[in-house]
Amino acid sequence: MEQALSQNADPLTSVPDAIEVEEVCFSYERTEVLKNVSFRLKQGEFLGIIGPNGGGKTTLVRLLLGLLNPDRGKIRILGEAPNAASRRVGYVPQSMELSRSFPISVMDVAFMGRLARARMGKRYTREDEEKVRQVLEKVGMWEHRRKLIGKLSGGQKQRVFIARALATDPEILFLDEPTASVDPEFQVNLYDILEELNKQVTIIVITHDIGVVSSYMKSIACVNKHFIFHEGSQITQEMIDMAYQCPVDLIAHGMPHRVLPTHKEE
Amino acid sequence: MWDALQLEFMRHAVAAGLLVSLVCGVLGTLVVVNRIVFISGGIAHAAYGGIGLALYFGASPALGATLFSIAISMVMGVASIKSKERADTVIGVMWALGMALGIIFTELTPGYNVDLMSYLFGSILSVPGSDIWYMLCLNLVVLLFVFFFYKELLAMSYDEEFSFVVGIPVRALYFVLLGLISLSVVMIIRVVGLILVIALLTIPPFIAEKYTSSLGRMMVLASLLSMVFTLAGLWVSYQFNLASGATIIMVAGFAFFLSLAVDAVAGKRRQTADRRRPEDDHRRPKKQNKEIPTTDN
Repeated sequence: MEQALSQNADPLTSVPDAIEVEEVCFSYERTEVLKNVSFRLKQGEFLGIIGPNGGGKTTLVRLLLGLLNPDRGKIRILGEAPNAASRRVGYVPQSMELSRSFPISVMDVAFMGRLARARMGKRYTREDEEKVRQVLEKVGMWEHRRKLIGKLSGGQKQRVFIARALATDPEILFLDEPTASVDPEFQVNLYDILEELNKQVTIIVITHDIGVVSSYMKSIACVNKHFIFHEGSQITQEMIDMAYQCPVDLIAHGMPHRVLPTHKEE
Repeated sequence: MWDALQLEFMRHAVAAGLLVSLVCGVLGTLVVVNRIVFISGGIAHAAYGGIGLALYFGASPALGATLFSIAISMVMGVASIKSKERADTVIGVMWALGMALGIIFTELTPGYNVDLMSYLFGSILSVPGSDIWYMLCLNLVVLLFVFFFYKELLAMSYDEEFSFVVGIPVRALYFVLLGLISLSVVMIIRVVGLILVIALLTIPPFIAEKYTSSLGRMMVLASLLSMVFTLAGLWVSYQFNLASGATIIMVAGFAFFLSLAVDAVAGKRRQTADRRRPEDDHRRPKKQNKEIPTTDN
């Protein structure tokens, strides 16, 4: 966080873009998932990614994290190759299908976030402990810290994974459908946390919730094999057409006020 | 039992049993939580190919099995990473090929008279002193590895993808783990035999997992359970003159089903208790959702 702040504060050093993607293509076996994706994202952005299931949202994020390598094209994260930059980014994966019986406490899961900074073969430090307490309090899970993660509800688990990502002190934070299983109350709460965090950290969120997209995010992209990027948080007709082949109707009926740019209330 | 300990081979058997238990508890825990039981089985069986080759070329079977099983574990490791979808098939193929290789080469070896049965069922009662020293060293290596890289191993076992993203060398750790497993598997084979190796690697950790809240405690409990099974099995086999390797596994298997039965009874009792007093139910997570205090604003 500190690093991101100082970089942004200094106008003389050229700040590398948070994300730079050039002509990236990716396919699984013979199925083309992403085609000629190019975009740049400045540091300090808050990008929402929408798109249909199977459209390549998660694949794109996995490429940005270095978990996958593109077939063609170039990816730079904070001016570095994805693998080199991975210690500087945080990640909240999509629904976690991890073993329920795995003997690990909430606190130990949150500690994993500190691995990016911790030395191999050394114990966690006092500083790590302090950070873990801070992030668990932030998501309201500190009092559950001694519980086994497998015994928690889906929403509680998701909070812990969000805490774990925050514990990495990321310069860029990726979240893949972070609100999929959390209760609505925490959903609002989460986006407030993210908004606060966004003062120092670049945030990229995959989401289905178009309402949230408009009110919190600074820019929006839609992924459906191709990539449409829109500076400013309006969802364009083009995006909706691409994302959802026909349900323009559905959106208009279901929540018409949310498709329009909303004004934020404090 | 005490008069049995007067016999040197019995003292060796107890020492070997304890050392094998320690390594089984620690590595078995990692095998179980990383779901690499199948690879471990593959390594154990394919190791027979190494024995066959060693016999044919006149080398020590233990050395042959060790080198061959390490090589095969690395290949299986690569296969499990490269072709995730069909990893189990590839491992299965190598499992079979390794054994076939072993059978053919032992057959080709002139004057072959090694006891195949001792390879299949182990020979804890004839473990030489030199093997005890080897086991001691291996235990030390395994314990140091787990001690120093505990937090990395924990992270990798729980969430490999996240660990990779935060920069842990998960591949390297995985291959070191496979290497240690193959070394240990060869050692365990000497005690309980090829067929029973997997039982000793999996049953104690499986039971331990249910009663522990951290990976470290799971390793400790699994090691202790394994020691109990091994010593009890030895004692029973001595009393009733049964095959020791098989008896050890019978004891472990009995404990396995006992723990399942205890779970079933406990689960049922918990259910009825929950039904009786739903107001102070704190086990069912769905109900709890609404009561979660929401954070700091």
